[in-house]
Parts: sequence; structure tokens; C-alpha cells
Amino acid sequence: MINEENREMRDSMSKIETTSAASSGADIRKEVKPSSLASVAASHESKSKSREIRDGVGLEARGIHAWFGKKLVLEDISLDFAPGTVTALIGPSGCGKSTFIRILNRMHEFIPTAALAGDVLLGGKDIYGSGVDVTKIRLKIGMVFQKPNPFPSMTIRENVLSGLRLAQIKLSNEDELLESCLLRAGLWDEVKDRLNEYGGALSGGQQQRLCIARSLAVNPKVLLMDEPCSALDPGSTLRIEETIRELSESISIVIVTHNMQQAARVSDYTGFFLSDGGPGKLIEVGSTSEIFSTPKDQRTLDYVTGRFG
Amino acid sequence: MATISVVPSKPWRPKLSRVWPDILGALFTALSSVAIVAVTPLKGRLGFSITLIVMAVITSASISWLRRDRKAALNSVSTVFVYVAAAFVIIPLASLLFEIVSKGIVGFSFGIFTKDMSLTSADSPLSEGGLLHAVIGTLYIVLLATVISTPVGFLASLYIVEVQGRFASLVRFFVQAMSGVPSIVAGLFIYAVWMIGLGNSYNVAAGAGALAILMIPTVARTAEEVLKLIPNDLREAGLALGATQWRTVAMIILPAAKSGLVTAIILGIARVAGETAPLLLTLGGADAINLNPFEGNSSALPFYVWKNYSLGNPESIQRAWLGVFVLMIMVFMFFSLARYFGRAKGANR
Ligand SMILES: Nc1ncnc2c1ncn2[C@@H]1O[C@H](COP(=O)(O)OP(=O)(O)OP(=O)(O)O)[C@@H](O)[C@H]1O
Ligand SMILES: [Mg+2]
Repeated sequence: MINEENREMRDSMSKIETTSAASSGADIRKEVKPSSLASVAASHESKSKSREIRDGVGLEARGIHAWFGKKLVLEDISLDFAPGTVTALIGPSGCGKSTFIRILNRMHEFIPTAALAGDVLLGGKDIYGSGVDVTKIRLKIGMVFQKPNPFPSMTIRENVLSGLRLAQIKLSNEDELLESCLLRAGLWDEVKDRLNEYGGALSGGQQQRLCIARSLAVNPKVLLMDEPCSALDPGSTLRIEETIRELSESISIVIVTHNMQQAARVSDYTGFFLSDGGPGKLIEVGSTSEIFSTPKDQRTLDYVTGRFG
Repeated sequence: MATISVVPSKPWRPKLSRVWPDILGALFTALSSVAIVAVTPLKGRLGFSITLIVMAVITSASISWLRRDRKAALNSVSTVFVYVAAAFVIIPLASLLFEIVSKGIVGFSFGIFTKDMSLTSADSPLSEGGLLHAVIGTLYIVLLATVISTPVGFLASLYIVEVQGRFASLVRFFVQAMSGVPSIVAGLFIYAVWMIGLGNSYNVAAGAGALAILMIPTVARTAEEVLKLIPNDLREAGLALGATQWRTVAMIILPAAKSGLVTAIILGIARVAGETAPLLLTLGGADAINLNPFEGNSSALPFYVWKNYSLGNPESIQRAWLGVFVLMIMVFMFFSLARYFGRAKGANR
């Protein structure tokens, strides 16, 4: 009897503890003290400073305007993505972040009403120039979408290697590639015994990691990620963030995220987008530690400290 | 010490204690309908069915009202109507099948698949002769028509949905207009252009051509609907991996749509397998086996049925029923094969 009561007591106490921990966590997120995010960003910066950037290919957006029909949704965005860096794009919903990164690998043109002005340079060459093979561009600039979209008619294995098949690339060590891609996407342990099951049989978060593995398999020079972790649990999110850090040693990464902590943890630079009812504009871009500690624009400060948006 | 064993169960299923009012209600409905038909001037099957429907509505509504409320009563009334509508679909089909099987099974034997009618006169008993020539003709015609119309239909639907070319809406309009073409017109077209105009004679290929004209719009329209159901995400995912549009379609879209596309072919076959009128103008008819689809008169099951029925003597009419029965079995076999090869993989999507 006494034992029983004791255990109950202990249980309820631990419950209180966890709830208080949870609520303090929520507090942090609600009234983010600039110092805390800034310190996360600063520690990331000091870590990444020591890193030596290998030869990669940079991406440059110059004076990007975008329309859907008559409606201007992006106005004069210019952004540089240096090789070997991670750039986070933040901003409230509907400000044009997805539209912007879809412009970076020419996915924008699939929307019939879409129009565009400005240049995107990959390694100095305009990807919208005439005579450019758009499939080669998309092979070099990979993309992970907001919603997981594995190919339903393919097995897990085929999904990961689908990029090779689609672009008709022949490889001798496919099994190695399969394992390394799934490892880097944090999915290997979960699927190593069921590689021949269909991709649709995975959970939503697993499907997203499968899509990440799929985009890694073609070895892109730039990887665009549109809220890749919005359907993932904290564990997989951390694994993806590690992958982003590993990848950033050799390629440039652009990641759209609504999670300030994530932006602070993984990115070297942060761009803040905002639309005041009209077209989305790039309000401010700078090193991540700067954006989260001493932003130049009041609206950026308000957004990263959670005062609006 | 007793270990509690957990058994899988389905707690959402209705329990026996909760269905007994429904069973009693059904019994009451049936018995009262019988009684009403017995005492009132309502007579015959029609009278009985109408009484049954009315009584089912009344009993189910009142049971639900008593057990719960007005909403539940409305719900059960609409349920009854849904079941009645389903019965209106199933009963004619079932009685048709029953009629074909019961009439066609007479004289059905393995022997009919080994002989033709070249040495048998129309009024000889069913044990003599067979319909092998018609079976072969139908196989040829359906296969040829499928081989012609599947690629044309699929490519037309790909043009409309995937390429979205400048003439997409025009093509869609023509496909829709074509699906309204009466079958005799398709036969006349082949007859006038292919045979009279170009001087070809009766053969299986001409018949298949006429059926292909009827089959293409069915295949194209169904395939179009199927392709439209494939989420755009998949197209974008393929293109974002650096694939050309052609490879995205071939490796992602078509495999994802596979079972639906097979359904398109099945519907096309169902549309033409029993067509008779175009074949009257193009096949020429024959009582002997013709293994060459590109030369010489030939027969097919619908043709065989039509011919024997118009001969009019009892044996021939028996043979007509036999032909219908065999045609039905063949169509059923086409469907099963197509379903088997077109099963959706990775099905939980
Ligand atoms: N296909 C489309 N046709 C017309 N307007 C569109 C289309 N796609 C997006 N828009 C508009 O463009 C603007 C930017 O949309 P976008 O998807 O880029 O926002 P976002 O910043 O990615 O938002 P979220 O954070 O919610 O993903 C929005 O106002 C949206 O309504
Ligand atoms: Mg978005």
C-alpha cells in the first residue's frame, strides 16, 4: 500500500516537473530573449569559422521580381549564397519565401500564371539564360519540398536512387550511395530491413527524410529546403540539422524555416522577408548572429523576438 | 496469476443485442408486405416490391424515431432509399446474368471450342459444330482494336494533361465529340473510306479499325481523368531531380497511374467487345476459321449471335444464346487479366 502511494506521489511529481519544463520551454519560444537565440547563433558561428570552405559553386539572385498573374508577390530581392554556407530565410506566412526558392531552381515557371524579372546566377552563369539546359540546372540545384512527396510506385530503395534513373546517371556503387544517403537523412536505421517496401508505407516524417535522401543522391551543388522539418519530430529534426551542417562543408544550402531556433542553430546567414499586404521584400540580410542579436531594422528585431508575425 | 489475454476485436461493429430491433423490423416489413399484398388489390411482383419499399421506409423510420430522434429517422429513410437504388442497379444486372447463364449453359461443352460451323448446317443439333471461328475472330478484333486505340488514347490524354499544348482543349473537344459517334457510323466510315475508297476487302483488321474508332475516346477520356488525379507534387518532385518531362511521365506519372490506366483499357474493351453493327459492315462473316486477320472474311461472337438469331430455327437460337454466354465469359476473362496485371503497387496511397 505504502509503496503504491509512494509511486503515485513520485509519478505526480515527475509530471509536475515535466509540465513546468514544458511551459518554460514555451516561454522561451514566446518571448524569445534576443540574447538566447543570439548566443545559439554565435556559438554556431564560432564553430563554423574554423571550417575551411572547399571549392563549391555560389548562387546569386539579382533584382528578383515575381508575379502571379497581375499580382506582384516579390519585389527586388537580391541575395548572395556563397559556397559552403547555410542561409536561412525567415518571415511570416505568405511573404513569398517558397516562391523565392522555387525561382532559384526554375520551378517557378511551372505555374502557368507565373512571371519573373531579374537574374539568378549559378557559378556566375545565368540559369535563365537562353541555351541553358534546365534539367542540368535542377540536377545541380536540388530541392526538398514543404510536403513530403515520395514516388508511390517505387520502393524505398528505388525512391532514393530515382534521381540517378531520372537523369540517366550510371553508377557502380549504388548500394553504398543508398546507405550513405539514408544515413545522412537519418533514416537508415529505420528502413535498412525494408528497403524493398513502397515509399508510401512510411510515416509522414519518414517520407520527408526519404525525400531528403532522394535529393542528396544526385549530389547537388546547392540544396534548397522549403521547411523540411515542419513534419518531423525533434530527433529527426536534429539529425537533419546535423546533415545540413555536414553538407555545408561542400555545398551551399538555402533553408526556409519558421523555427527561429533552427535558423539560429544551422545557418551562417539569415534573410528576413516581409510583406505588408503588398509584395514580399527582403527587409534585412546579414550574418545569423547579427540578425538575432543586433538587427538593423526594427521590424526584424520585432519578428525574431516574437513580437509580431 | 491469471494472465489476461488480449484478443483483437472490432468494438465498432454492431453487437447482436443492438441489432435485434433491426432484425425484427426487417421481419415485420417482409411479413406485413406479404399480408398487404394478400388482402389488398395490389398484385404481382411489382405490387409486392412497391409495398416492400414503402413498408421498409415506414418501419425503419419509426424504429429510429422511437430509439432516438427525428434526425435518426431521416437518416434511416435515406439509407433505405440508397439500398433501393442499389437494388435497382443490381437486380436487372443479376437477372440478365441469370438469363444468359441459364439459357447459354444448355449445349455448353468443351467441344464448341474445338469446331467451327463450316461443316454443320444451321438446324443440326448443338452437339455438332462449334464457335471456335467466332472466338478467334473476337480475340483478334479485341486485341487489334486495343493495340490501336491504347497508344492513341493514352498519347491524346498525355497531350491534354501533361503537355497541355496549344490544341489541348481542341483535342479534348474532339475526343468528347467522338465518344458520341454511333457505332454504325464508325462501321460506315471504315466501309466507305477503307474498303470502297481504298479498295480493301472484308477482313478482321477492318473490323478492328471500326472498333478502335469507338474505343479511342473511351480510353482517352478515362486516361485523362486518371492522369488529372495524380498530384502535382509528384511531377514537381521528378522535375526538381533534373528529369526531363518525358522521363518524369514515363517513370513517375504512368507507373503511379497504372491501375487507373488499366481501368481505362478495360472500359474501352467493355465499350466495344459486344459491338455488332460495325462488324456487319466490315467482317463479311464466315463459318470457317480464318487465322489471317488481314485477309478474308471472318466472324466474331456478336456477329455469330446476330447471324444465328436471324436464322430463326430453335437450334440456331440456342446457338445465339451460347454465343452470348461465351462472349460474356471472354469479357470477364479480359477484365480479370487486366486487373491482375494492373494491380496498384504500394497500395496505401
Ligand atoms: N500558384 C499561385 N497562384 C497565385 N498566387 C500564388 C500562388 N502561389 C503562391 N501565391 C501567392 O504568393 C504569395 C507568396 O506565397 P509563398 O507560397 O511563396 O509564401 P511563403 O512565404 O512560402 O508562405 P508559407 O510560410 O506559408 O509557406 C502569397 O500571397 C500567395 O498567395
Ligand atoms: Mg512556403
